[in-house]
Amino acid sequence: MVTAEKARVATIWLSGCSGCHMTFLDQDEALIDLAKKIQLVYSPIADVKVFPENVDVTLVEGAVANDHQEEMIKFARERTKILISLGDCAVTGNVPALRNAWVKSDEAVLKRAYIETADVNPQIPTEVPELLPKAHPLHEFVKVDYYIPGCPPPSGVVNYVITELLAGRTPNMEGKSKYG
Amino acid sequence: MSIGTTTLKIDGIEVTVPEGTTILNAAKANGINIPTLCYLEGLTPWGGCRICMVEIHGTPKLFPACATPVNTGMEVITQSEKLREYRKMVVQLLLSERTHVCSVCVANNACELQKLADELGVDHVMFERNWTSQEIDSTHKSLVIDRNRCILCTRCIRVCDEIEGVHILDLKNRGKDSQIIIDLDQKWGDSDYCTSCGKCAKVCPVGAIYVESEALSETKDKHIAEFILSRRNR
Amino acid sequence: MKPADIQKIAEHEVDFQRAYKHRINVCTSSGCVPFGALKVLKAFEEAVKEFGVEKECKVARTGCVGTCSVGPAVIIEPGDYLYQSVTPEKVREIVRDHIVLGLPMKENLYSNEAFFTKQQRIVLKNAGKIDPHRVEDYIAMGGYSALVKCITRMTPQGVIEEVKDSGLRGRGGAGFPTGQKWSLVARAHGSPKYIVANLDEGDPGVFANRTLAEADPHSIIEGMVIAAYAVGAEKGYIYIRAEYPLAIQTLKLALEQARVLTLLGDNILETGLKFNIELRFGAGAFVAGEETAILASVEGRRANPRPRPPYPANSGLWGKPTLIQNVETLANIPNIVHYGGEWFAKYGTPRCTGTKCFSLTGKINNPGLIEVPMGITLREVVFDIGGGIPDGRKFKAVLVGGPSGGCLPETLLDLPIDYEALTRVGAIMGSGGIVVIDDQSCMVDTAKFFTDFCVEESCGRCNPCRAGLARVKEIFDGITKGEGKMEDITTLEKSSGYIKEASLCGLGQTAPNPVVTTLRYFREEYVEHVVEKKCRAGRCFKNLNSEANKQ
Repeated sequence: MVTAEKARVATIWLSGCSGCHMTFLDQDEALIDLAKKIQLVYSPIADVKVFPENVDVTLVEGAVANDHQEEMIKFARERTKILISLGDCAVTGNVPALRNAWVKSDEAVLKRAYIETADVNPQIPTEVPELLPKAHPLHEFVKVDYYIPGCPPPSGVVNYVITELLAGRTPNMEGKSKYG
Repeated sequence: MSIGTTTLKIDGIEVTVPEGTTILNAAKANGINIPTLCYLEGLTPWGGCRICMVEIHGTPKLFPACATPVNTGMEVITQSEKLREYRKMVVQLLLSERTHVCSVCVANNACELQKLADELGVDHVMFERNWTSQEIDSTHKSLVIDRNRCILCTRCIRVCDEIEGVHILDLKNRGKDSQIIIDLDQKWGDSDYCTSCGKCAKVCPVGAIYVESEALSETKDKHIAEFILSRRNR
Repeated sequence: MKPADIQKIAEHEVDFQRAYKHRINVCTSSGCVPFGALKVLKAFEEAVKEFGVEKECKVARTGCVGTCSVGPAVIIEPGDYLYQSVTPEKVREIVRDHIVLGLPMKENLYSNEAFFTKQQRIVLKNAGKIDPHRVEDYIAMGGYSALVKCITRMTPQGVIEEVKDSGLRGRGGAGFPTGQKWSLVARAHGSPKYIVANLDEGDPGVFANRTLAEADPHSIIEGMVIAAYAVGAEKGYIYIRAEYPLAIQTLKLALEQARVLTLLGDNILETGLKFNIELRFGAGAFVAGEETAILASVEGRRANPRPRPPYPANSGLWGKPTLIQNVETLANIPNIVHYGGEWFAKYGTPRCTGTKCFSLTGKINNPGLIEVPMGITLREVVFDIGGGIPDGRKFKAVLVGGPSGGCLPETLLDLPIDYEALTRVGAIMGSGGIVVIDDQSCMVDTAKFFTDFCVEESCGRCNPCRAGLARVKEIFDGITKGEGKMEDITTLEKSSGYIKEASLCGLGQTAPNPVVTTLRYFREEYVEHVVEKKCRAGRCFKNLNSEANKQ
C-alpha cells in the first residue's frame, strides 16, 4: 500500500460507546503524521452520508446489534480492501452482547430499558432499526482482516496497526491484544 | 539415599536438575518461560488447561510441562509454531466457553487469562461465543463465586483441599456442564465448614471467586500455597 | 485342594458328561434373555422329562454364541446344531424330532454358515459350550490347568516370557504389548501390587466384554490369577459397569466358586500363593474405562483421568504398582500358558498376533459377537461373516472402534484389521465396535451423532475435550440446520487436530476421529450441506420448516 496517493480510510460506529473513536483521536501528535498519509473518507466525525467506494482501510467500532448495522457492515465490507475490528465490542461483542445470555434478549433488553426503568411515558420505540436476537462481533457477519481488542484499545496500538498496514507490513499482535 | 540429577535438553539448551523435577520447573530454573494457567506452585498439578504443553522429541504426543517429570536424555521443545497455535486455541476456547467480558469484570487487569490472551496475541476468538447464564452465589459474607467467569482450573478446589485442609469446594457434573460447588452443592452462606480463609479468591486466576468490595489486584496472591508450604516445612 | 485335585475334578466331570448322549445348550446371556431364553430353558427341562429322555439328555444354560439377532439360540450337541429364534412352543417339537427321533429340524437351524467359518475362537472358545454357572464345566474344558501349570512348573519370569513370545497386545484398544507391561509391573518397586481387570465397556453398541463375563467368567479369573503370579500381585479388582447385572451376578458366583476351590485366597491350591479379587462397580461413565480414571474410581474418587506419567505400572492404585488389563486380554492368558506363546503367535499377523472380538452392529444381515484372527479384512467381516447389507441397500461406510473410531469408506474395505493399519487410516481398534452404515445414513449426521456422545461423556478436566468438543458440536448443529459456512469446515479441521493432540486422555485424543475421517473420506457431503443445503440421505435440515413456521 505504499503509494504516492493518500490511503482512503473510513471509520464506522456501530453499537459502541464511541470510546474507540476517542482512542483514535487520542493518537494526538501522531495524528499529524498520519494525516499526511491518509484521507478520511467516511466517519462519524466527518459529514459524509454514504459509505464511499474504493476504501483502503475501514476501522469499525462496536458490535452488530440491529438490522441496520448488519446491512451497513456488509455494505462497507464490499467497498473496503482491509477491514479492521476496533475495540472489544467489534472483536467480542463486549458490553452490547451481555444481553445475549438472556432469553429473547432483544425484547427483554428493550422492556428493561424503556418500560421497567422508565420514569415517564414508558413505551418501546418504533421506527428505529430492529434489534437482532443477539449482539454479534463483526467477524460473525463479514470477513475481518485485522483485530485490535481493548476497551478501549491503547491509542499506541491503533497507531501501530495503521502504520504497519500503510507500510505494507503485517502487524504482530503478541503483547498488543489485551481485552478490557 | 542421595537424590540424583537428570540431564536433559530444553529448547536445545542442556540443563541439569534434581531427579523427578517437572519439565516446567526445570525450564523455570533455567530461565525458560512456559506459560501456565491451572498450575500453581504448591498445589498438585492438574494438567487440565493444556497451556503449558510441550513437545518431546521422538514422541508424537504433547505433554503438560507442569505434570511431566524429566527424564535423562529428554529433548523438550517449549516453543514451536504448533505449540503457539495450540496455546492460542486454549485461550480462544476458554474465552468462548462462558461469559468473559473483561471490561466489566472485577479481575480486569489482574486476570491471568486476559494476560495470556495479550501475550499470545489472541486478538479474536474464531469460535462463536457461548453466552450462557451460570449461577452466581453471593450469600457468603465476603466471598462471591461467579461461575460465568469460571475456567474450571480447579485451583480453588485444590487450595481448599490441600492447603486449607477443608475441601468444601469440588466439582459437580461433567464435561461442559462441570461446575464448582460448595459443600454438597449448597449456598455458600449456608456452608458450616467454610473457614472463610479466602485462599480460593487469592488463587483464582480469573474473576470467578473474589472478595466483595476488594480490588482484585490486592486480593490475588499466586504465591500463597507455595508460601504456606515453605513455612510448614521449616 | 492341591494342584492335582483340579485334574481329578476335570476327569470326574468329563465322565459325568459322557453319561449323556445329548447336550442342549440354551443361550441365557443378556442378548437372548429378553427374547424369552429363560422360558425356553424351562420348556426344555420339562420337555425332556415329558419324553423321558432326561437321563440321556442334559439341558444346560450357556453364554452367548454370537448370533444375537436370532435369539434365543440353542445348540444341541453332538453336532453343534444351532437352532435360532426358539420359542417355548417350538421346544417340544425340537426335543421330539431331534432327540427322540434323531431328525434335526432343518428349517429352524441357523443357516449362515459363513458367520462361523471365518471366525477363530480362542477367547470365546467356551462361549455357548459351557454352563457359566458351573466351575466344573470350565474345568472339564481344561480350565485352570494353565494356572496349575504356572504354579507347579513355571517361574513368574517364565510366564512373562511365554506371554512375550505370544506377541499378545492389550485388547482394550491401545495395543500395548502385554508381556512388556507385565515385566514393567514385575520390576516396579512397591508393595502390595494390584491387578485391575477392565470390564467397563462404555461404548454404545459394544458388548464383547459383557458377553465374555456372562459366558466364561472363570477364564477372566484364571487370567488374573496367572497375571498375579507373574507380576507378584496380591489383590485384584474387576471394574465392571453396574449396568451389567447379569455379568455381575455371573462373576460373583464364579468368584465364590473359585474361593471355595482355593483358586483364590491366601493360600492358592496350597502353594502359598496369595491373591484375592473384589468386584468394583462403575457408575456408567464412558470415561471411566480410561485406565487412570478406573484407578480413581476404584479408590472411591470421581472417575477423572489424570496425566501420565506416572504410569500405573509404577504408580497406580494408592500409588502402588498396578497392572491394568482389559478382560479380553486376560482371557487370552490361560490359552497362551496352556498351548504356549508360539501356538498363539501363529494366529493373526506377525505384529498383531491372536484374535480380536468385535461387536458387529448397524445395517448388516448377521449382527452379533464375533471373534476373528487379526489381519482379517473389513470386507470379510462385513460381507462374509456379516452377510452384507440388508434390504438390498448399498454399503456406505463402516465405523471401526466405537464412538471415537473412524468412518472408513468402501475403498478401504480390503484393509487388514490390525492396530497399525487402523490407526493409519484414522480409525482405532478401540473396544472392538464395528458399525456398518448404509446409503440411508448421512455422514455429517453420523459424525455429529458421535460427537454429541463424546461431548456428553467428556469428564471436563481438560480444555480441548471439554470446550473444544462442545464447539465442534455447535458447528455441526449449525451445518445440519442449514447455517453452515465454508469456514466451518476449516474450523472443524483445525479444532479436531487440536483436540486429538492436546487432550489429556484417550477419550479426547480419539473423540474427533469420526469428524476427521468423515472429512477425509466424505468431504463432498460436507460441502453439499454447506453450499447446497442438501443432505443426500435426507437426514438433516428436517426440522427446518417446522421451526421456521413456529417463529
